[in-house]
Amino acid sequence: MMIEVEIDQCVGGGQCVMAAPDVFDQDDDGLVVVLDENPGPDRADDVALAARLCPARAIRLAGT
Amino acid sequence: MTAALRRVVIAGAGAAGLTAAESLRADGFDGELTLLGAEPHRPYDRPPLSKQLLAGAWAPDRLELLAGHRYDELGIDWRPSSAATSVSVPDRTVRVAGADLPYDALLVATGVRPRTLPGTAGLAGVHVLRTLDDTVAFQAAARSTGRVVVVGAGFLGAETAATLRGLDVAVTLVDPAPAPLLRQVGPVVAGLLARLHAEHGVDLRLGTGVAGLTSDDGRVTGVRLADGTIVPTTCVLVAIGSVPATDWLAGSGLDLADGVGCDARCRAAPGVFAAGDVARWFHRGRGESVRIEHRTNATEQAMAVSRAMLGADDPYQPVPYVWSDQYDVKLQVYGRLTGTDRFTVVSGSPDDGRFVALYGSDGRVTGALGWRSARELLRARAMVAEAAPWPDAAPA
Repeated sequence: MMIEVEIDQCVGGGQCVMAAPDVFDQDDDGLVVVLDENPGPDRADDVALAARLCPARAIRLAGT
Repeated sequence: MTAALRRVVIAGAGAAGLTAAESLRADGFDGELTLLGAEPHRPYDRPPLSKQLLAGAWAPDRLELLAGHRYDELGIDWRPSSAATSVSVPDRTVRVAGADLPYDALLVATGVRPRTLPGTAGLAGVHVLRTLDDTVAFQAAARSTGRVVVVGAGFLGAETAATLRGLDVAVTLVDPAPAPLLRQVGPVVAGLLARLHAEHGVDLRLGTGVAGLTSDDGRVTGVRLADGTIVPTTCVLVAIGSVPATDWLAGSGLDLADGVGCDARCRAAPGVFAAGDVARWFHRGRGESVRIEHRTNATEQAMAVSRAMLGADDPYQPVPYVWSDQYDVKLQVYGRLTGTDRFTVVSGSPDDGRFVALYGSDGRVTGALGWRSARELLRARAMVAEAAPWPDAAPA
């Protein structure tokens, strides 16, 4: 599973950080920072939830 | 009900309807899935309408919520320009394009429609901003006239004013309240917003309502304020809130007092659910019925409804979240700010242009607002989620 984010689409909602705090973080402006671009299969559910919760649909998952 | 769930109809193809369709598939539903859209466009996202789309920064196709090829892949029967016109709750059928469509479960996700000013129907130059087509038409008018009066300084009106200033369009912002978003964010933050808009050259006419519009030969020529002043303009944006789009449900027997009334699990009647702007449900954590017109609620509630349709029995009790972009300020809010009597800044300061404030009542934290402070605000969210005791050290 590879995570791609469209940074200029991010609205800084932080929903991804709440869904998967070990995979996503925010910078000082609130924009998404991917801590782990290729998390293991045990993180797949939380990462998929993060992508679905994102109010800007800025998170894309490849290889799922 | 799970065993009998073979046909799901979703009325409304905005963020809530589309998310419900996707979630049902992700949650394992493999029956028929029909998504009825009122508009001709594939489901798209609305927050960028008053921001990136109006600004001209994004093309309309960037707003699409799901890539075109995914509908077939997911088995979503999306029907454009196919608004449901009525429902029979006992028969479990929805009427669309003159035919009755049977369902085992129906999701009402028809959203809201903009309030309009009385007596302005059909008047050229008077706009609302709810759909893609609204935005394209308004943008063209605003750019060609170069002078817009925005009626209503809520989230939509204030954001639109900010975006228009970025296009160098002259803006007059009118509201009966003495500051923008006063009802939503309270006097301190509303005061900061008033200053922000004034600094960016917005002509603020606050504390005065609109008495009516002046017109000539079917075209608006100006806005008449309650104090008698007339602000000349050929382009007016009416942003005075919304009403739930439930007209089509009249006579259905559903509770339509303010949106579609639902229980704590977003169920309005046997086999009928509601989600998004149109849904009023019993929020157990708050102990009251609420209806929330926020983008994130559309997603979260749609996901909850998908689970409920498939047999889950969890009450839906989210921490509401909303954001607003105005100029270079990002405002973010968790929880409830209205009806509070306590306010304190807990990080940063308004003078520094970055801060987090807590809002509370009855000795509890009910909400938190961040002004250019996304990271810090996320830390305050936990206090909102827990309804933490009002911090003693903080000034009331």
